[in-house]
Amino acid sequence: MVRMNSVVIVGYGGYVPRYRIKSEEIARIWGRDRSELPVEEKAVAGLDEDTITMAVEAARIAIKRAGISPSRIGAVHVGTESKPYAVKPSGTIVAEAIGAAPRVTAADFEFACKAGTEALQFITSLVDAGRIEYGLAIGADTAQGRPGDALEFTAACGAAAFIIGRNKNEGIAEIEAWTSYVTDTPDFWRREYERYPHHTARFTGDPAYFHHIVNSVKNLLENDGYTLNDIDYAVFHQPNVRFPLVAARLLGIDLEKTKFGMVVGHIGNTYAASSLLGLVKVLDQARPGQRILLASFGSGAGSDSYIIRVLEGIESKRSLAPTLDKFIERKTYIDYAIYAKHRKKILM
Amino acid sequence: MYVAGVGLTKIDEHWWTSLEYLMTEASLKALDDSGISRVESIYVGSMLSPILQEQSHLGALLAEELGLSGIPAIGVEAASASGAAAVYAGAREIESGRANAVLVVGVDKMSDGMSEEVTAAMMSSERQEYVGFIGATFYSINALIYSLYMDRYNVGQEKIALFPVLCHEHAVNALHAQYPFKIKLETVLNSPYISEPLRRFETTAIADGAAALILVNEETAKKLDVPKTELIIEASTDYLTPFQREDPLWFPAIQLATSKALSRAKLERQDIKILELYDSTSIIAIISLESSGFAERGKAWQLLERGELGLSGALPCNTFGGLKARGHPAGATAVYQIAELHLQLTHRAGKNQVDSAETGLAQSLGGVASTAFTTILKEV
Amino acid sequence: MFRIKIPRYWRHKDFRYRLNAWKCIHCGETHFFKPLICRKCRSREFSRVSLPETGKLLAYTVVRSPPEGFEAQSPYIIGFIELDDGTRILGQLTDCYPEELKQGMRVEATLRKIREDEEDKIIAYCYKFRPKI
Repeated sequence: MVRMNSVVIVGYGGYVPRYRIKSEEIARIWGRDRSELPVEEKAVAGLDEDTITMAVEAARIAIKRAGISPSRIGAVHVGTESKPYAVKPSGTIVAEAIGAAPRVTAADFEFACKAGTEALQFITSLVDAGRIEYGLAIGADTAQGRPGDALEFTAACGAAAFIIGRNKNEGIAEIEAWTSYVTDTPDFWRREYERYPHHTARFTGDPAYFHHIVNSVKNLLENDGYTLNDIDYAVFHQPNVRFPLVAARLLGIDLEKTKFGMVVGHIGNTYAASSLLGLVKVLDQARPGQRILLASFGSGAGSDSYIIRVLEGIESKRSLAPTLDKFIERKTYIDYAIYAKHRKKILM
Repeated sequence: MYVAGVGLTKIDEHWWTSLEYLMTEASLKALDDSGISRVESIYVGSMLSPILQEQSHLGALLAEELGLSGIPAIGVEAASASGAAAVYAGAREIESGRANAVLVVGVDKMSDGMSEEVTAAMMSSERQEYVGFIGATFYSINALIYSLYMDRYNVGQEKIALFPVLCHEHAVNALHAQYPFKIKLETVLNSPYISEPLRRFETTAIADGAAALILVNEETAKKLDVPKTELIIEASTDYLTPFQREDPLWFPAIQLATSKALSRAKLERQDIKILELYDSTSIIAIISLESSGFAERGKAWQLLERGELGLSGALPCNTFGGLKARGHPAGATAVYQIAELHLQLTHRAGKNQVDSAETGLAQSLGGVASTAFTTILKEV
Repeated sequence: MFRIKIPRYWRHKDFRYRLNAWKCIHCGETHFFKPLICRKCRSREFSRVSLPETGKLLAYTVVRSPPEGFEAQSPYIIGFIELDDGTRILGQLTDCYPEELKQGMRVEATLRKIREDEEDKIIAYCYKFRPKI
């Protein structure tokens, strides 16, 4: 893939809802073994939250950091697999809510858990091509797990937003290179009128998650002449606490480098927001000059990977809005009954 | 201008009776009471009929039901003060010399709606695009005011909750009252929250009722050998949302309507011997007392505690139970208030009679005092 | 059934999504919906403003007897807030339990679902307030 001319992140933001349910509690209901739970706890959206409201939360934080007037945002793209309307783009409501409408293009993207980086691909391309001055890419999901299924432990809610521009002087970080690796691999899917997705258990591992991430990253590093030493942080899509560490090992990346971007243990798998929230977490602490490897994974399947280099601008902009930790630490536990009510699993 | 006849239906959940029937019943009672069989025009006040009964056009409807089709008949609306608005319209027609005798009716039939429907319908007195849109019920607005009031004046709820206790005491012998029994202060304070700090027994219930007055000019009054009172009515308005006013704990509309009415009646506040307050909630009654000048700000509860508002007190208030115990069928209520003052001043109040009363004052409110009518009745 | 009337919902989204309002140039009175004449001083000139997103909580109450359309959310909290420019506004409070609320606490605006129509499923979004993060 081709290196980009000058594409920088000028603002970023992450949002996680307040409520948490512990995996222990889910295990209790379904009589599952409490050892080897895939995450400690996961984030659950409030009764009045959905993908759109969370996307707006993250976007507003990104705008605060960017310090630009929202009317200068020329594109708003939301990547999600839980859009509130099957027909009516979340992007239009987000664009209105942040003040970017009407001189804006807006639409939603779907590519399972990599829909967020999908939106990022598109926004970076629009900026790179000079079509827009600033663009907003969001990954957001209120993921639903089938009750009693393994994925119920991890399917969680969250949103991450990035404002992309061209001006290095305004930049928090520069997107130096990216690539995509996509094949037809049916590891996880949902047909139109179904409530919950289907997955293929162990098939979601080697042929899906690992195959695509490893190949995507290898292509990126080789084509664009990076070595593992160039990378200070490695952020992967986080379906559970184990997979990202295995991916790092397969790629020969020092596990220490994955530590800083790991959020899944505390908030679960936020699907389209997952790897992006890992990136937000890293940006909340990275120093100018450091490089971040970001690799998402979406079932169906594909992996987008990026090399992102932190710029001087990060120090002053970071403190303009709450860090992701503030949202992760803001938590209240709910039991399975309240969780079922929030996630509308109760038949009325 | 005079009230020459009144008609009241019992306030209740009238499952077997329709709105049309109720308003006709009250009208006929009033006509019979006055000895007049035909009037020259009709004004009908109703707040909820277009919503709950999906029925507009109550003027022409009532004229037909009364066999009076042909005369002008008009529906009048001012939220919960619709009944007073009808009285105001009828009064102005008499005062202008255009009619000799007018029928004025207030009616609402709340039990045709389910509780949530009625709650939503009652919100129509607030700004729908702002207050209604976020689900802020009428009671939640009152509750916020209650909270701010207790805070500012350092008055406990147990003082304010004395008002519904007083109302119930007065309703015991009221034939048309919805809840003719006493209640204790503990009952009020332990009743479930509607919207904290407002407790259920500080609010009014779903009620059906119709009340009617016959208003006549001086000439007609002289010819009628029935008990009469003289009526003066004035009105004022304020912003719909109390929180956009300068002080949410003060009702300027009441202050204005009351001074206008007193001035026109050539009376001072001390001349008022009997009072009808619009207690859609306990706190509204309290602030109304203060805003109309019968008590100092933050101190209305003292009148309650000292028993001044009881039947044998200095200023008997809500002598048939007020909105809480006599009942509050929305748009009909104001006409009940005026009819009850009329019964008092014509010495037909039975066991609730206040003998010394010669002039009475009724306050009728739309929303949280966004419309205020003050009606003064004088014994003749 | 209290339906969400689409034209009415859509017409005021600037206010509901972004707290956009109007201020009288002459006396400074805030009007939430486009005014023709100032309710306070009767002047006819206004400027468009974005109300501040933060403020302090003056009073709150918990609605336990909901109107039609709000049954599923009940109980919910209504707050009376003074925004940082002095504008007083009513809004639902979210992301909090009543026990946590204190008079005077800092709150901030956020976009949330306010209602969903039972029949045609349109979702109405609106500002709400939450304890400031």
